[in-house]
Amino acid sequence: MARYDRAITVFSPDGHLFQVEYALEAVRKGNAAVGVRGTDTIVLGVEKKSTVKLQDSRSVRKIVSLDDHIALACAGLKADARVLINRARIECQSHRLTVEDPVTVEYITRYIAGLQQKYTQSGGVRPFGLSTLIVGFDPYTGVPSLYQTDPSGTFSAWKANATGRNSNSMREFLEKNYKETSGQETIKLAIRALLEVVESGGKNIEVAVMTKEGLRQLDEAEIDAIVAEIEAEKAAAEAAKKAPAKET
Amino acid sequence: MECVFGMVGKGFALVVADTSAVNSILVHKSNEDKIMVLDSHKLMGASGEAGDRAQFTEYVQKNVALYQYRNGIPLTTKAAANFMRGELATALRKNPYMVNIVLAGFDKDTGPSLYFIDYIATLHKVDKAAFGYGSYFALSMMDRHYHPNMTVDEAIKLAEQCIEEIRSRLVVAPQNFVIKIVDKDGAREHSWRRTTKD
Repeated sequence: MARYDRAITVFSPDGHLFQVEYALEAVRKGNAAVGVRGTDTIVLGVEKKSTVKLQDSRSVRKIVSLDDHIALACAGLKADARVLINRARIECQSHRLTVEDPVTVEYITRYIAGLQQKYTQSGGVRPFGLSTLIVGFDPYTGVPSLYQTDPSGTFSAWKANATGRNSNSMREFLEKNYKETSGQETIKLAIRALLEVVESGGKNIEVAVMTKEGLRQLDEAEIDAIVAEIEAEKAAAEAAKKAPAKET
Repeated sequence: MECVFGMVGKGFALVVADTSAVNSILVHKSNEDKIMVLDSHKLMGASGEAGDRAQFTEYVQKNVALYQYRNGIPLTTKAAANFMRGELATALRKNPYMVNIVLAGFDKDTGPSLYFIDYIATLHKVDKAAFGYGSYFALSMMDRHYHPNMTVDEAIKLAEQCIEEIRSRLVVAPQNFVIKIVDKDGAREHSWRRTTKD
């Protein structure tokens, strides 16, 4: 099998493109990222590693806006992300210039996925080592969307999804607990999913909320407040579970 | 026959443009907006070849927006003016844009500013500027009555005097004018001066 993993342009006998799968491994080692779609809000949350003390954390923005109505979070190689995000931003403006209309979320997702796919079918290049979560409101219908792309260039729409480290546990949690929410409830659901795999605290997660008005990054104090709410709810649920057992 | 002019006041800048779209002897429309809102705090009044005007101004607008997404902060007026001049200069010896621009902007730290950019990539930072045949009358009027730190009312009055002069003295004077203003609260349309309705 090792003979078929050197070059991206070589299939293995059982139909794998090993370079793409190794790129997915790189994604699995990246920081956790979660996206949740509500009826009027879409929330993106990303894990922040708090081990670096001397780093100016404001220079490391993990959730970026591509246009007024589109935002992106990713897991994997951050340098690759910079290149992809730059191309996507140019495409957003180029689309506005040629057809005088903003991009739809699906269009820009298709574009990014198309870029990622191109690099799985060329000689001498490697795939982008990142999966993206793209959120936004359709500029014409106002419908919220959440999409995910991966290094192979596939993309699909989701009600809620997670990528990066421990994404399976987060996805399981979301599958169990997802319901149609709006506003603050959506934000809480996203943070609860992240807290399953991340140390609790405002300085370990970055959260951004996309509404029809645009993208808003939550500051540490706000996140701490919501985390405190969630912990209080959890504690209350635990207490409620224990109390009946004691009575018997 | 197109005219665009502008001036700087106390904490604001004004751009006035005619709103006629003309092809030889035919007036296509008399409500053509030639002052583009470049971003939240910049106004770009453009005159010249209609196709070049649309192409160039839209191209600049999208590039200014791209800069903002890439860098998280908007371009200063000075930077935008220099970017425009650079694009005009690059195209000049191959495929020139026949567009004349009056760029007005408000920056938080430097206040209001006005730039004169003509089609052969001349760039001047000025207090008052004008393009077109109307400039003969507008500039003379502004030279006589302009003083620094005018209030909005004084500047509007001066703009009206310029428009009156253009209307009465230019042989094929434009019918309608639009006035747009930019200050700390942003760039927006101020008012119209019409002689014909649509």
